[in-house]
Amino acid sequence: MAHYDFTTPITEAQARALRVNDTVTLNGTLFGIRDATQIHMFDRGRKTRFDLSGHAVIHTAPNVKKVNKSPAYPTGYAPVCIGTTTSDRMERFTRPLMEQYGVRLIIGKGGLRLDSSKAFSDLGGAYLAIIGGTAALETTWIEAIEDVDLDDLNPESLWKFRVNGFGPLLVAMDSHGESLYARVNTDARARRAEALKRLGVR
Amino acid sequence: MKVDPRQVEQAAKELYIRALKLLPPDVKQGFDAAAKAESDAGARRMLGTMIQNIAVAERTDNLLCQDTGIPIYNVWIGRGVEIDGVALKEAIRKGCERATREHPFRSSVVHPITRKNEHSSSGRGVPVIQVDFSGNDTLVIEMVPKGSGSENNSWLRMAVPAEGVDAIKTFVVDCVLDAGGKTCPPTIVGVGVGGTADLCVHLAKLAATRPLGSRCEDPEGAKLERELTEAVNLLGVGPQGLGGDSTAFAVHVETAATHITMNPVAVNMQCHSARRARATFSQKGVEYGF
Repeated sequence: MAHYDFTTPITEAQARALRVNDTVTLNGTLFGIRDATQIHMFDRGRKTRFDLSGHAVIHTAPNVKKVNKSPAYPTGYAPVCIGTTTSDRMERFTRPLMEQYGVRLIIGKGGLRLDSSKAFSDLGGAYLAIIGGTAALETTWIEAIEDVDLDDLNPESLWKFRVNGFGPLLVAMDSHGESLYARVNTDARARRAEALKRLGVR
Repeated sequence: MKVDPRQVEQAAKELYIRALKLLPPDVKQGFDAAAKAESDAGARRMLGTMIQNIAVAERTDNLLCQDTGIPIYNVWIGRGVEIDGVALKEAIRKGCERATREHPFRSSVVHPITRKNEHSSSGRGVPVIQVDFSGNDTLVIEMVPKGSGSENNSWLRMAVPAEGVDAIKTFVVDCVLDAGGKTCPPTIVGVGVGGTADLCVHLAKLAATRPLGSRCEDPEGAKLERELTEAVNLLGVGPQGLGGDSTAFAVHVETAATHITMNPVAVNMQCHSARRARATFSQKGVEYGF
């Protein structure tokens, strides 16, 4: 179990070095992405002007407030509360995010499925688990909202955050075919019979 | 007692903001108990981070979770309370919209077909407002911001009488397995048993949003919740679905009578950020709590 401090973007070799149960802390740029963002990017032909190559994306739609534009708030948005949403709904976008945009790391909660595992193996990437529902804490790791694209989808815009000490995040799916979610799920299903027996189910 | 709709509007606004920022004491106690009982070191660390987040939200006066949820307002009108019912519902809606715009925070509510967000946390039929009556001399409004991670894991099964209680028990265990980490465990698993299809789902929601430590008033339901709480926590799903003993703070059950040919069971879950807030209007004024 190793710990990595990454400044984004990262290389394929850095992504492939990650193993489940390692931890990662991110510095630099982090992109926020959500259901509507990806539906528009991959189903409706829209493109982002951001270069996501080698970067990390987080499944989020933040709470922001409108403020006057200034060097501290270049987009005119100040962060209020930034957290993480359930990743599973966005399963089918993992491969296109990696193939078309070169994304290396996906941060989310609750995990992704087998197709994402395959994409991480084929293309060199990993899934980093954050603890869902801890947004107040997560917000303290975000320095600024540097830029925003596809903002007609607000709050599901494509957000560019600058982060400092974002983590530790747990490597929960790696490029070697390992997934902690799949492991836990298999173990839990193996205990189903015992649970039903305890309940007196015949 | 006469209640001015303007007071209700103010309370509806305050309640939404309070619910998003302050976790009820029973849920905090649930965290402490889970952390103490947890045998998995990784799960204990995660619970520790969740507990830390509660303190950070209080210290920084911030929202506990970024998901502002679908706003639900449960209203109990006591005997002797005088208020125009239409004005009451309008006031709640206005208060909900004002909270969203004036705090401000994210409106998580969109039209179901166009997906358009009015940035007001409201739309057709939302906020959800449930009105009931009580024997007390008070007006009570409870606010629940229902997060989508847990709400997306909701199930109804119209089992048949020949399947018996076994169908109910098996269904709950399988729902917890299917949910995995998607619901942000440890959760409160709400189970509705009986009624019609819609009543059954409603009961599950009532169960999921009940305070921890409360029991089903039906002794048969209370027995079932004890058994199910023990059983689902044998599965090892754990916090965030990453393994451990703390899969559910509790399984809550609510029951209703049903048809001789029916055996419905519904499951609705509440995430670990089991948020709710309550305002009580009495002769003394408005009092806020959980």
